[in-house]
Amino acid sequence: MADVITYREAVAEGIAREMRRDPAVVCLGEDIGAAGGVFKTTVGLHKEFGSERVWDTPISEQAIVGAAMGAAMTGMRPVAEIMFSDFLACCWDYLANEIPKVRYMTGGQVTVPLVVRTANGGGLGFGAQHSQATENWAFTVPGLKIAAPATPADVIGMMAAAIRSDDPVVFFEHKGLFATKGPPAPPDHLVELGQAAVVREGADVTLVALASMVPVALTAAERLAEEDIDAEVIDLRCLVPLDTRTVLGSLAKTSRLVTVEENPYQGGWGGTLVSVVADEGFGLLDAPVRRVAAECVPLPFADALEEQVIPTVDKVVTAVRRLAAY
Amino acid sequence: MTGAVSTNAGQLLALYEQMAVIRRTEKAAHDLFLAGLVKGTTHLASGHEAIAVGASAALRDDDYVFATYRGHHHALARGATPEECLAELMSRATGLCKAKGGSMHLTKASHNMLGSYAIVGAHLPMAVGAAWSARLRGTGQIAVAFFGDGATNIGAFHEALNLAAVWKLPVLFICENNLYMEYTPIADVTAVANPAADRAPAYGIPGEIVDGNDVVLVQEAVGRLADRARAGDGPSLLEAQTYRHFGHSRTDPATYRPAEEVERWLKHDPLDLARGRLAELGVPEEAVTEADARATGLVQQAVDAAKQAPAADPREALTDVWADGGAAWRT
Repeated sequence: MADVITYREAVAEGIAREMRRDPAVVCLGEDIGAAGGVFKTTVGLHKEFGSERVWDTPISEQAIVGAAMGAAMTGMRPVAEIMFSDFLACCWDYLANEIPKVRYMTGGQVTVPLVVRTANGGGLGFGAQHSQATENWAFTVPGLKIAAPATPADVIGMMAAAIRSDDPVVFFEHKGLFATKGPPAPPDHLVELGQAAVVREGADVTLVALASMVPVALTAAERLAEEDIDAEVIDLRCLVPLDTRTVLGSLAKTSRLVTVEENPYQGGWGGTLVSVVADEGFGLLDAPVRRVAAECVPLPFADALEEQVIPTVDKVVTAVRRLAAY
Repeated sequence: MTGAVSTNAGQLLALYEQMAVIRRTEKAAHDLFLAGLVKGTTHLASGHEAIAVGASAALRDDDYVFATYRGHHHALARGATPEECLAELMSRATGLCKAKGGSMHLTKASHNMLGSYAIVGAHLPMAVGAAWSARLRGTGQIAVAFFGDGATNIGAFHEALNLAAVWKLPVLFICENNLYMEYTPIADVTAVANPAADRAPAYGIPGEIVDGNDVVLVQEAVGRLADRARAGDGPSLLEAQTYRHFGHSRTDPATYRPAEEVERWLKHDPLDLARGRLAELGVPEEAVTEADARATGLVQQAVDAAKQAPAADPREALTDVWADGGAAWRT
């Protein structure tokens, strides 16, 4: 086993592990077959599993996700790829109206064990229609589980949990993390959905982050340590189930909360997390809550503009410093 | 009408009785709404009975069926009982979907009737996926999507047809063309004369038109296209011409339809046509009357039972979101 694996390789490895153990797992999406995916996240799957289990589709997002739903209702475990998460808007009906509701509105008659994988987020200069962090879109809809791993090992472990889940899972793979490296996952690695990870322990302030914001929060924590501010960093890993227990547990120790969100402040996941803290953990807090989130504008193209919009290490450090002084 | 299709009299009488049950169930739904016992809305399928019953008779019991919000007839044709359908409409605990779905979402998954969907066209890709799944599992099943003429102008229709054709899947697309997209004549908003069948050539698949009010012709056409699909020759599109006896939904008196058009279609009623065929086959009048009486009795029993059934259990509101039966979204 290699010493390190990239996040990109981990996606294909995570899917392949499940395809080996369960013949019901099939993949469909644009350019995912012999081409290996535009982000090279399905490299090797077509070669190993063939055309009967790895299906290239036309550019038809509704057909991709709708067909995945029909297959999931009838005994398969489809893994559908939507190339960029921005394109979820093209099949939003399935994620807003069909997949999350069919079990409920049939009184539990139907089960939809599918995964919709998608490349999410900014930082690569793809402009307003290929750079959005759209996890908050899915977060508005009861009935979808939402995974957004930050490390290669978590990609593999959470992919296993997502594919084995009998519930629909939207799996956000972060474009800005594809080239990052980490320790490989052990065999049979499984990370249950809804379990946040405390990735840095600290006593003074809790930083809660997701996906590409986890390394941002960790780097900020290192900088803050030089100023004797001891930050705890939580990788949420999932938005649904949302691990509020781990966050409240951390606040019992630190009494200060900062969320680090790539999605826009307006409608971002931090708003919901913070409302739970206000409802159930108000007495734990010694300071106001701060949300470091994206500006409420479309993602601009130029690096110099994009970094004005998306949270950066500097912005997190500044927010925490002010909070620590409160 | 053509008499070219040979039909067993006993089978046809059974199909007639199914249509009579659907007709009476829809009438009961209408009356119960007026009595204040059904809330929300209903999209009644009176007039469309022959499509559901004829198609169902041509399918295997384990084939997959996907329907629309005008879908009571498909649920009934695939084995849901009038009682569980009416109980659902009346918000009873004994409803088909535990009163969580209502009129627009009748589903009988145990019979592979996999739902009624109220976003126009959304279920066509699902049927494609079910057909893909059947092929991957090698079961010989096919999938059928029933939809209205209005669905032929939405993107999901075209994406579904193309993908099904490219992958050569065992799926049938059956359009119930009742001439009106809600309140608007479909001809006014569609670039081709036959909204479904004329689109088939663009996807290289067969596109046929059938008299959707003649249960025998529907059964014949669906049977032939189903055989083709099961043999691995790919999807087909069938446009079944029909007419609504009621408006689009509960609040629509359908005054926009010309009186002579309504009259013409009411004279071309699916039950009347079947009665004519039964007479031609020598089935005695009393046998038809008895079938009508059985249908009336069954639906009356269903109405009575649904009225007496307990109301929806409030605790059910927070169940069935997830496969574990619960609704927890956080730790």
